Amino acid sequence: MNLRRTMALARKEALQLRRDSRSLALAFLLPVFLIVFFGYAISFDVRNLELAVLDQDRSSASRALVSAFESSGYFTIVERLERYGDVEPLLERGGARLVLAVPPDFSARLGGGRTASLQMLLDGGDANTATIAQNYAEVIVNRFALSRGPTRAAAVDVRTRVWFNETLESRNMIVPGLVAVIMSIIAAMLTALTIAREWERGTMEQLVATPVRRSEVIVGKLIPYAAIGALDVAIAAVAGIVLFDVPFRGSVALLAALTLLFLFGALGLGVFISAAVKSQVLATQAAIMATYLPALLLSGFIFSISAMPLVLRVLTHVVPARYYVTVTKGIFLKGVGMSVLWPDALAMLLFASVGLGLAYRAFHKEIA
Amino acid sequence: MTPAVDVRGLSRAFGSFVAVDAVTFRVERGEIFGFLGPNGAGKTTTIKMLAGLLAPTSGLATVAGYDVTGDTGPLKQRIGYMSQLFSLYADLTVTENIRLFAGLYGVRGERFDARRDWVLEMAGLDAQRDRLTGELPLGWKQRLALGCAVLHEPEILFLDEPTSGVDPVSRRRFWDLIDRLAVAGTTILVSTHYMEEAEYCHRLALMHQAQLIALDTPAGLRASMDAPLYRVTTDAPAQAVPALRVLPVVADAAMFGRALHVTLHDERNAERLIRTALGDAGQACGEVTRIRPSLEDVFVHLVRAHAPAGAA
Repeated sequence: MNLRRTMALARKEALQLRRDSRSLALAFLLPVFLIVFFGYAISFDVRNLELAVLDQDRSSASRALVSAFESSGYFTIVERLERYGDVEPLLERGGARLVLAVPPDFSARLGGGRTASLQMLLDGGDANTATIAQNYAEVIVNRFALSRGPTRAAAVDVRTRVWFNETLESRNMIVPGLVAVIMSIIAAMLTALTIAREWERGTMEQLVATPVRRSEVIVGKLIPYAAIGALDVAIAAVAGIVLFDVPFRGSVALLAALTLLFLFGALGLGVFISAAVKSQVLATQAAIMATYLPALLLSGFIFSISAMPLVLRVLTHVVPARYYVTVTKGIFLKGVGMSVLWPDALAMLLFASVGLGLAYRAFHKEIA
Repeated sequence: MTPAVDVRGLSRAFGSFVAVDAVTFRVERGEIFGFLGPNGAGKTTTIKMLAGLLAPTSGLATVAGYDVTGDTGPLKQRIGYMSQLFSLYADLTVTENIRLFAGLYGVRGERFDARRDWVLEMAGLDAQRDRLTGELPLGWKQRLALGCAVLHEPEILFLDEPTSGVDPVSRRRFWDLIDRLAVAGTTILVSTHYMEEAEYCHRLALMHQAQLIALDTPAGLRASMDAPLYRVTTDAPAQAVPALRVLPVVADAAMFGRALHVTLHDERNAERLIRTALGDAGQACGEVTRIRPSLEDVFVHLVRAHAPAGAA
């Protein structure tokens, strides 16, 4: 490899990129948009759930329970019902997610040391929200029960403590995962676009007529995009930390090093795709199929891998973003180092070799 | 001294389609060697094989002493190539394109400054040096492409239809540059389908349907066509062709623009026979003049002679 030729290409690529507003927007606006979009709009946390209360007991105990719901922050009381018959119409028109019905003998049974019962009615139309609402409600009721002194339930004292994401904020999960998704898009789409463009416009022919080696073409192309990718990770990380208070507990240097490793694999794949299809439109579509969707769906970013069916779980092992998501989450949230992340680093090294190897081979056919 | 280019039985097939069929020729150093032929004759494929861009299916070719099937890196360092389509970066400025190709050819330092200035002067682009290449007229772009192809002062220059789509004035200017390079010692292989450009070449290889059907100087090619040739004008040249072809004395008749070019076996009474035949066909006959064959006449004649009877 000749360094001067490689740098001549990298310089040219940077100049072109500077004049290409479409690619620049893709490179810098898209990450910011995604961070804000996922960070604010899509939240898997449930807050201010509409709660309706049917308090048939009207005792200090029942009022204490209701105020426990209110003060939790998860529920907002939207209606106080008078009759049981009002419950069904309310749920039917979507007036409340959850109805808490306190029976007339609630405080009497509680005071008499007997098991008091409560009824919770959930709108299961949105299964996800219903499940989350149910979980929150159960936690509130359990705390309430514990606060009323030793009961039989207290004999089995389960204290759940969440680690790494103590407040169970989904943003803390999303921001590190999002970094991985953004990298996949940027890497594959930008390189796919620019290399396919060289084939489409015929400039590749003039390039291969010079003594330049294909490894120099590939590396020369990668340098500016690797720089952009690294910058994007920095933007996403800073945005996550500043805007969403995502903790960052690990090493910046390790994140940078492993990010570059992931980038080279993803960029290599982008080069391979565009060298194989040679059309900007096709290359973009193929890049989305090959990198963005797997990164979004199969990386563990949104959907937990351990909850997937076996077939998909096996499939996630060939999704490079899976390893990178593990790395970003590990570094952001747990602050772990190479002693824990080495298998993922190894997998990404393999991916980078395969990606760049495929790119090299795809070029070979053409320059023959 | 070894020839600049030595080609023996060079072929290239794309699947079952044979684009170049066993061509053999040599190009001496300092020559302007032209490939002449219609689109699809195999000119571009031949040039691409010689420039190390496309592997031959069979045959041998050495360029500047290098085998084109070997490592093409050192070969490409000693040749220049300019493709049919404009293939510099439209979104780079004139100097940025020059700098890129200088970087790729390893031209740097003081030599770079000198070569850049030479290219800008040669292409007449000094005032345009900071303009985006895409904004320039095609003729200017082609001169810049030529400049980028010779930045590293190659021994051999391959030009694949460099002037296609360029206006005649720019074409003339482009050929002045080619002459200048040849005088300075560069061997030039150029393909074209413009007959008047073919006249500027020292030697011409006529290509037709993947084969090399003739190879000589323009004068030699014209001399090879010894049958008398007449230019005939009529009011309906398309209908006149079959009317003349049936005459025993007519070897061939073909349309050339608005006139007919008629090749004869025997010149005696030629004009009278032609006028009678056209009169019998009900056509008004204008002038009938003996002319010197152009390269186009030679080409048409050779293609007819080469093709199986009735095929052309």
